Amino acid sequence: MSSKNPTDGPVCGPDQEPRKGFSRRTFIEGVGIGAGAVGAIGAAEPARAQSSEPVGPDPVAITLNINGKSHELKVEPRVTLIDALRNRLDLTGAKKVCDRATCGACTVIVDGDPVYSCTMLAIEAQGRRIETIEGISTEDSMHPVQAQFVEHDAQQCGFCTPGLVMAGKAIVDGNSQPSMADVESGLSGNICRCGTYVGVRKAVYDAARA
Amino acid sequence: MQNFEYIAPNSAIAAAQALSPKQGLTAVLAGGTDLLSLMKERVETPTRVVSLRNIAALRGVTKQGGGLRIGAMATVQDLLDSKAAAGYASLLQAARGITAPQVRAMGTVAGDLLQRPRCWYYRNGYGLLAMHDGKALVPSGENRYHAILGNKGPAYFVNASSLAPALISLGAQVTVAGPEGERSMALADLFQIPSSASERENTLEPNEIVTEITVPSASGWKTGTYEVRQRQLLDWPLVTASVALRMRGNRVSDARVVLGHVAPIPWRSSEAETALNGQAANESSGEAAGKAAVSAATPLSQNSAKVQLATIAVKRAVAMAG
Ligand SMILES: Cc1cc2nc3c(=O)[nH]c(=O)nc-3n(C[C@H](O)[C@H](O)[C@H](O)COP(=O)(O)OP(=O)(O)OC[C@H]3O[C@@H](n4cnc5c(N)ncnc54)[C@H](O)[C@@H]3O)c2cc1C
Ligand code: SF4
Ligand code: FES
Ligand code: FES
Repeated sequence: MSSKNPTDGPVCGPDQEPRKGFSRRTFIEGVGIGAGAVGAIGAAEPARAQSSEPVGPDPVAITLNINGKSHELKVEPRVTLIDALRNRLDLTGAKKVCDRATCGACTVIVDGDPVYSCTMLAIEAQGRRIETIEGISTEDSMHPVQAQFVEHDAQQCGFCTPGLVMAGKAIVDGNSQPSMADVESGLSGNICRCGTYVGVRKAVYDAARA
Repeated sequence: MQNFEYIAPNSAIAAAQALSPKQGLTAVLAGGTDLLSLMKERVETPTRVVSLRNIAALRGVTKQGGGLRIGAMATVQDLLDSKAAAGYASLLQAARGITAPQVRAMGTVAGDLLQRPRCWYYRNGYGLLAMHDGKALVPSGENRYHAILGNKGPAYFVNASSLAPALISLGAQVTVAGPEGERSMALADLFQIPSSASERENTLEPNEIVTEITVPSASGWKTGTYEVRQRQLLDWPLVTASVALRMRGNRVSDARVVLGHVAPIPWRSSEAETALNGQAANESSGEAAGKAAVSAATPLSQNSAKVQLATIAVKRAVAMAG
């Protein structure tokens, strides 16, 4: 059985019920101190999730390679990559909006491909190279896609922006001379309710050439 | 999502053995773009999820014999990138219709074929046949995207795969693995119109998985897919048509016409094929084929527009092939 450590509970968005006995508030408070502690527990245990024996439904020790750093944590098999990133590792840049593979706000790059992190199980993201919005810039230098977003005023409320920047990064990583049609198709998995598309396309087009 | 036990075996047989012979208890996970949403909605509540991602034998898109072999776990992007698939115009046109790079990178070809219907009653927990208190909800409900063919009941949903019509028109075969071994069949036979609530829209046993799709050489065939879409992105087509025409001189000697999103299965139209055989492939034969394809259509209360869209899809698919 799993321990009673609050961070062993399900990592949940509003649609997933927290384990009995933890309010959403105590759950959230638990996360900050929890992630490190869980990392320690994870490190002490063999990584089982890659084996062809069944694991779970109790939390399973997994290792995720995110922005070049290895993170150890314990998650139930049902935990999606976005919930692991946001609720467990405090990487809240990727946004959970539709949670159904239809908006792109949660886009991260896995092994070079843009993916919907709401629709990938964290356990399945093991052994793969995960890039999130947090990893593409430093304190004093923005990624070219980000710089061009500023240049073209390519955001309004900004909620879709991290996903669009990552989709844009995947385009420019793979192609230094994308046509406008390439940019449009590369961004076609992301929607923006504020309608920033024109600026976003120009930003990505220019970032590739920057 | 209900919690589950997770296993990622490294052979197809081991995956089949990890599945329950009882419907609904276990689920096969490929790219997850459909399955995870169904699990979040609790339409699927498996107690064990069997992931296919560690099975190397299921990957790849390669030449085989004179034809093409598509591993079940090959993604839509793998298909688009593959040199081996270059001669299969109608298949690539259908794959290009799936625009989002995220869906292309995650979604697999077998997952596309086996994606569950988009019918909103089904997605909201009323079952494949959309029943409530013994009454079918679709005929008197919101049915503008539902079936216009093969819809005499009890099923009214449409098959949502746009790769299936192209692959069936190309004469594809599918191989499936069960706990005891493999079997192959025409891809068309993977699909069925359920006649009762205990049946699914595919003929897989609950403990079988698709391992590969093979397609004979398309040389000598002219092929084309046309999709009628409401939006260009993040959505399924309203109607699709895929045609494959073998020519003798400038006449069609063998026509295959398969429509998507019109029936609970990818819909092969023998009426349209008859209209094309012996004719030149041109606008007038295309139009005749389109009309023939819907000659037996039985639209529901809100979807008669799909009859016209299907006519146009067939006509334009013929034009694309020609
Ligand atoms: C926004 C969006 C737009 C889309 N637009 C289109 C479109 O225009 N046209 C179109 O055709 N599709 C479209 N799709 C559907 C998409 O192509 C499918 O969701 C995807 O291909 C499914 O593949 P997957 O590997 O993610 O399957 P999963 O979600 O993993 O599985 C889907 C189903 O198939 C079963 N399954 C998968 N692989 C196997 C196997 N090898 N053996 C046995 N069972 C298996 C699973 O158990 C599950 O029931 C769209 C999807 C999204 C999210
Ligand atoms: S108002 Fe529109 S964009 Fe905002 S949450 Fe509702 S559906 Fe989403
Ligand atoms: S939150 Fe993942 S695609 Fe919308
Ligand atoms: S900037 Fe508001 S959703 Fe895109």
